[in-house]
Amino acid sequence: MLDFVQKRNWYYLLSLLVLLPGVISLIIPPGLKPGIEFSSGSMFEVSFQNTVKETDLRAEMSTLGHPEARVQGTGQNRYLIRSSVLEGSAEQTPEGGPQPLGEQQSITRALFTKFGSMLKDDGSLATDSTGQPIPWTVQSSAVSGTVSREIGRKATLAVAAASVAILLYISWAFRSIPNPLRCGIAATIATMHDVVLVMGAYSIFGKVFNMEVNTMFITGLLTVIGFSVHDTIVVLDRIRENRQRYPDLPLHECVNNSILQTLGRSINTSFTVILAVTALLLIGGVTIRPFLVVMLIGTITGTYSSIFVASQILVTWEEGDVPRLLRRIIPRRAPAVVEEG
Amino acid sequence: MHRTFDRILLAFIVLVAAFSLVTMWPSEPWHYLPSFIPWPEGQGIKIPFFKFDGTDIKGSTLERRAMTLGLDLKGGTRLVLEPDLTNSPNVNLDDALNNASQIIERRINEFGVAESEIQRQGNRLAVQLPGITAEEAMQKIGKTALLEFRELKTDANGNVAVMANGQETFVPQSSLGSLDDAVWIPAVATTRDGQSVPLTGQYLTNAYIGADQAGLPVIDFQFNDEGAHLFEQITSRLLKQPIAFFLDGEAIKTTTGRVDAPIVQAVISDKGQITGMKLDEAQNLVKLLKAGSFPVPLKVVQSENVDATLGQDSVQKSVIAGETAMLIIMLFMVLYYRLPGLIASVALSVYATIVLAVFKLWPVTLTLSGIAAFVLSVGMAVDANILIFERMKEELRIGRSLVVAMEEGFHRAWSSIRDSNVSTLITCAILFWFGDQFGASLVKGFALTLAIGVGISMFSAILVTRTFLRVVISIPAARKPVLWVSQAGTKGDGGSREPASLPTGGGG
Repeated sequence: MLDFVQKRNWYYLLSLLVLLPGVISLIIPPGLKPGIEFSSGSMFEVSFQNTVKETDLRAEMSTLGHPEARVQGTGQNRYLIRSSVLEGSAEQTPEGGPQPLGEQQSITRALFTKFGSMLKDDGSLATDSTGQPIPWTVQSSAVSGTVSREIGRKATLAVAAASVAILLYISWAFRSIPNPLRCGIAATIATMHDVVLVMGAYSIFGKVFNMEVNTMFITGLLTVIGFSVHDTIVVLDRIRENRQRYPDLPLHECVNNSILQTLGRSINTSFTVILAVTALLLIGGVTIRPFLVVMLIGTITGTYSSIFVASQILVTWEEGDVPRLLRRIIPRRAPAVVEEG
Repeated sequence: MHRTFDRILLAFIVLVAAFSLVTMWPSEPWHYLPSFIPWPEGQGIKIPFFKFDGTDIKGSTLERRAMTLGLDLKGGTRLVLEPDLTNSPNVNLDDALNNASQIIERRINEFGVAESEIQRQGNRLAVQLPGITAEEAMQKIGKTALLEFRELKTDANGNVAVMANGQETFVPQSSLGSLDDAVWIPAVATTRDGQSVPLTGQYLTNAYIGADQAGLPVIDFQFNDEGAHLFEQITSRLLKQPIAFFLDGEAIKTTTGRVDAPIVQAVISDKGQITGMKLDEAQNLVKLLKAGSFPVPLKVVQSENVDATLGQDSVQKSVIAGETAMLIIMLFMVLYYRLPGLIASVALSVYATIVLAVFKLWPVTLTLSGIAAFVLSVGMAVDANILIFERMKEELRIGRSLVVAMEEGFHRAWSSIRDSNVSTLITCAILFWFGDQFGASLVKGFALTLAIGVGISMFSAILVTRTFLRVVISIPAARKPVLWVSQAGTKGDGGSREPASLPTGGGG
């Protein structure tokens, strides 16, 4: 029979190795790159004579070095583009104009070259005095962020409060078995494990692929927390049941049996979630990818942590691994202290 | 007995599902379903004298409302507002804009236009609001909302001014035909530090809708200390005289279309009442008063319809992808769990339909975070079913009869479904509360949709799946073992004790 409990220290080591790069990346600023929703930037509106697809425009903005740009339709072939700060863009040109400055100008020119003639606000063709089509922005201005950066801090506080409440609830719901508080703490640690892992991974993606944190990321993280707690409780529930049925069975055996019994369900549930997320990643819209990436990592680690973190912590605690480890370290040091004394 | 009860439950579930399906059915189904089939479209049946939201009872029609979708999924209206400094040149523009944007945010909350977006755009404010027309947006967000208290303009002899043919003339008050013709001027009083100021809505601390003796709507309002001081002077000066309410320079009218100008009956200070308004107008005004008035008038310099911020094409693709994912999950469940998987798939469809109908009726403004919560709750509903079936299989393998195995499966799976769902609901409550306190509407929306989803998912897993299973088990043809558990699995567990048809057990 498979033994999931024997090698528990290896699982901790694996978790540590996976978590470490992410944590290091989170420590090195910028830990998480704030997206355009949180910071000021530039906004401009362009209108084309020919049919221009939103997808193509977004792709072109990406090519021009602005993958973060938000492209929003405002009419037939007319788009409002919100990007990070464009260097040398005018403070405000409410009536639009042919010649915004700097980066703004070069982007407008590039869009003109790629997609053809541009229209003015009144729908007439933008031309110079000789009637030649020219690049044109309907309007452009500097804009503030739309979401306060505070939201990150607020969400963290809310999640912290929710974790405490869940810890208390689990400790109460598991009161029929010995040491119910341990279950609550184990579940909370497993959830934090998943949160840190996802944030760390995202931090690395930020440094490597320039992925930015937006409100979608926060949504994804909340979803992952919900999934992780749910999954952990299902595994712990089986431990609770077996503990009640066979109170004389040693805990490590009980935990191992419980993991084996819930393995089919764990695999099937995560498999269905991963299936759904992968389908969305492959054929869904580009703009929700950050959310899906968080979900994909979160589902895997959420399932992993229920079996290999939360359950194992219960055994570690019961068997007194930590005091034993401390005893193994301390006697070695003890003589040193004596020598010095 | 048992069986009859199950049939009644089944009928109830079918009814709820049918009602939900009619409610959640999109008015533009071609966005979500293959377009080669002519799906029913539009706002649905119209039934007189009834409306879901109950606002307008008489003579209205039952129109299927549209799902309220957020800016990120559907877009809405974009307004650009510019402060008009002509009458107040000394105002600090930065302060005025910050102040105005806070007031807009409060109004958005008062009017429940969830998930809006406000940003500073140069020396202007750009506001994006989901699901309302430019007209409505201007009514709700763009108004300066300056409430003034005005009195009749009089000359030294007590004659009142009237407008006649564009000219102001003074006539004795007794010969004044209607208050509608009179000229009104702001009622001024002296503050504690000796300044002469007009009494306006800025001195209000609270305003709410009440009812008078006849049950007609009134607006009760309360002044702060300074306002009470001013109002006391004004009411004592205007005893037995009319006092009118003006909003943004326009007189507030009663239901009969006349200037709403009650006669001051006694000296009052801290509170007052506006009577005679229509309910919806009164409600609108209260919301505006609560949110406060702009420090300077803002004028709308631009208004346009905008598409989804996530991109229309991207949303469209994701909808199709989501549906594909749903189908794949169902296929997997049917292949892996056989007949129970099929039943669970039907139960899941019922579940999703009910949740979407509740979203519509609530109404919840559905944004990406709401969808995420919905998907999570669907995941949890799938998991509840998987938990039950895994338990059922275990019971079948140790030789239990179908009925016993099913009831045991539910019984044993229940504790984990309950605990995980309760802890999710606790999380939702806390996230909602925090989101509300901190004005993080994203967190709040997520929590609300997840709570609705999880609540219904408990109902679905226990009631819907169980009833379906019970009814199916009562059909002899459905009791073939091959439909319930794979042969390999049974043999693997030692001994092929499998009878040709699984017994239904004692109870049935």
